[in-house]
Amino acid sequence: MIPLNYILFLSTALFFIGMYGLFTRRNMITMLMSVELILNSVNINFIAFNKYLYPEKLEGLFFSLFIIAIAAAEAAVAIAIIINLYRNIRSIDVEAADDMKF
Amino acid sequence: MISRNYLSTALIPGLPFLGFVILGLFGRKYIKRFSGGTAAILVFLSTAMALLTAWDYFSGVGPTDTNSHPIDVGDITWLPLGSNLSVHMNFLLDSLSLMMIVVVTVISLMVHLFSIGYMKGEARNPAYYAFLGLFTFSMLGLVMSSDLLQMYIFWELVGCSSYLLIGFYYDRPTAVAAAKKAFIVTRFADLGLLIGILILCYQARTGEYHKPTLDIRELVYVLTHTTPSGLFLGFPLISWGLLLVFMGGAGKSALFPLHIWLPDAMEGPTPVSALIHAATMVVAGVFLVARLYPLYAEATDVSRIIEYAGAISALLAAIIACTQTDIKRVLAYSTMSQIGYMMFALGTAPDTNWQGYTAALFHLFTHAFFKALLFLCAGVIIHFVHSNEMKDMGGMRKMLPLAHVCFLVACLAIAGIPPFAGFFSKEEILLAAWNSSKLIYAIALFTSGLTAFYMFRLYFSIFWNKPATGHRHKLPFVMSRPLIILALGTVFVGFIPFSRLMVYAQYPDADPHESIGLNAIPPVLIALLGIAIAARLYYKENDRPAKWAQSIRGVYTLAYRKFYIDELYLFVTKKIIFNLMGRPAAWIDRHIVDGFMNGLAIATARISATIKGIQSGKVQDYAWFFFIGIAGLAVLFIYIVT
Repeated sequence: MIPLNYILFLSTALFFIGMYGLFTRRNMITMLMSVELILNSVNINFIAFNKYLYPEKLEGLFFSLFIIAIAAAEAAVAIAIIINLYRNIRSIDVEAADDMKF
Repeated sequence: MISRNYLSTALIPGLPFLGFVILGLFGRKYIKRFSGGTAAILVFLSTAMALLTAWDYFSGVGPTDTNSHPIDVGDITWLPLGSNLSVHMNFLLDSLSLMMIVVVTVISLMVHLFSIGYMKGEARNPAYYAFLGLFTFSMLGLVMSSDLLQMYIFWELVGCSSYLLIGFYYDRPTAVAAAKKAFIVTRFADLGLLIGILILCYQARTGEYHKPTLDIRELVYVLTHTTPSGLFLGFPLISWGLLLVFMGGAGKSALFPLHIWLPDAMEGPTPVSALIHAATMVVAGVFLVARLYPLYAEATDVSRIIEYAGAISALLAAIIACTQTDIKRVLAYSTMSQIGYMMFALGTAPDTNWQGYTAALFHLFTHAFFKALLFLCAGVIIHFVHSNEMKDMGGMRKMLPLAHVCFLVACLAIAGIPPFAGFFSKEEILLAAWNSSKLIYAIALFTSGLTAFYMFRLYFSIFWNKPATGHRHKLPFVMSRPLIILALGTVFVGFIPFSRLMVYAQYPDADPHESIGLNAIPPVLIALLGIAIAARLYYKENDRPAKWAQSIRGVYTLAYRKFYIDELYLFVTKKIIFNLMGRPAAWIDRHIVDGFMNGLAIATARISATIKGIQSGKVQDYAWFFFIGIAGLAVLFIYIVT
């Protein structure tokens, strides 16, 4: 069986790749994808801990299912927002959408 | 008296208030043309109810009657202030308040009727009648109050409606100034009233029940049954409280030296002057002192002050009235003089066993009739001549016969010629003065001569002086009837056995011993002398008045300029108060108070300018802050807290 550490390495790596993408990309779609990466890294954590530490319980599984559902809804909403934004300012660059400041 | 529910008497002030609400809310849009009629009908109902209640109350009164006692209409605890003090809303019916109710409703009804004719065609009629309704309501509430704080509330409402009505013609700068002056002067006096009320309320603590009280009857009972305790500047605290209460009354009743607002208040419509500034509101101070009369009877020093304040006002106002040329101003000063009479009659309290009390209230009652009549006649004349100045009038006896007769009746009454109403009440006052102090009696006697003189100066200047010209001018029904009713009142109300009704009902051991005998001769003689001098000077147009004025030029100018009291007030306020207190206060306000606030605003603006860059509008910056925050919290919880 693969040791838990390897899986945690994988999820940490995924999390920080997602983080990096979120902070550096200017394209909103890419940022959304980065957010998905972060969410999936959390999912992996849940599943791994459930499997390795409490194999008789199901909470981790349910949480990850729950997160997948949330992620789907969030993607739908985010894409709707992005489309509206594009209609208004003809761009999906986050730097372009900086009207809401002081 | 048969016990019955008196709750319906709450309608007496309630109906005029209803009129105020209806006319105030809907008058301008829906009932513009009938606003006068609506108000008059409501006040008529209120008057009818007041007269019925008074008849019911007084019909059983007599020296042997012990059944008539004050009636509580309905007691509501309005503001419970802790365990032992609460403010009540209650209407109290006793002989004093019923007498005032009758005066207020009857005069108010007459003025409402008269106004329908007088104010015809006025664009702001609904507002006018709404204000009149508000005034009637508050005045009735004031006289029916059984709680000092409740009375104070109505007292201020009365001042407010008086302000509104003086300034009714708000496009005239003089009217606006007069309204402001009246409000500020009476407000200043009311400060004393409020402090006085609080002192009395607090003093009741030393009494039988060991708790402060605002209820008038309880207060009077408690404070007359305790020895005064607590001194301030050598006088008992109760005396200070009573003096401050009297100060409030003096402001409202235009007593020297707080009288300066009353002559200016004549800028209001003439019917308003008749109602508020002659018959009802200005006697509120007399009413207030009468309400607390047993207390004043015990506080000898305060009574002396009241006596002299009243006598000085009476004399001063009478002298000024002899020189004024605006007929409404003459009447205003005569009002002030007559209120001075009432006040010094009340001030004789320690020397006369209730005699001054009944005399003052009797004079209040009769004065309301003849002074309202004088003002309404003046209204007719002004309506006709379109001027307030005496020189524009003269020889009007043929043109306005009804006003002529009514004016003559009222003048005879105020001069104290038998058998008109003023004679009886003035006799009683002079009797009380005689029993109290000879100096006061002398002043009163001299003033009554002056009264006769200036009233007949007015009468002869308006109706004689010049040859009678013009033809008969017919008055509208609504204007002539009030004159006739008030004239009948002026002739007959003197015959009411007043002191019996007023005192025995509540204080059976009081002895007002009224008796009119030989003592009636000097006042009548001196009044006749005054009339004779006035007739000699003003019966026909001649140069005698000018010559006489020339011969006593110094005194004449002094009186014509109202003894420079207005100028003195202006000097004190403008030069002393404004410069010594107003300017430093303004400086502190502008530089320190405003400076502090402006400093706060500037500091806030600076800080926000420096930190507003954080709010960049870039999503990823926010994400960074969020991430750093989370990381910081994580560090905090993992390494520091646990």
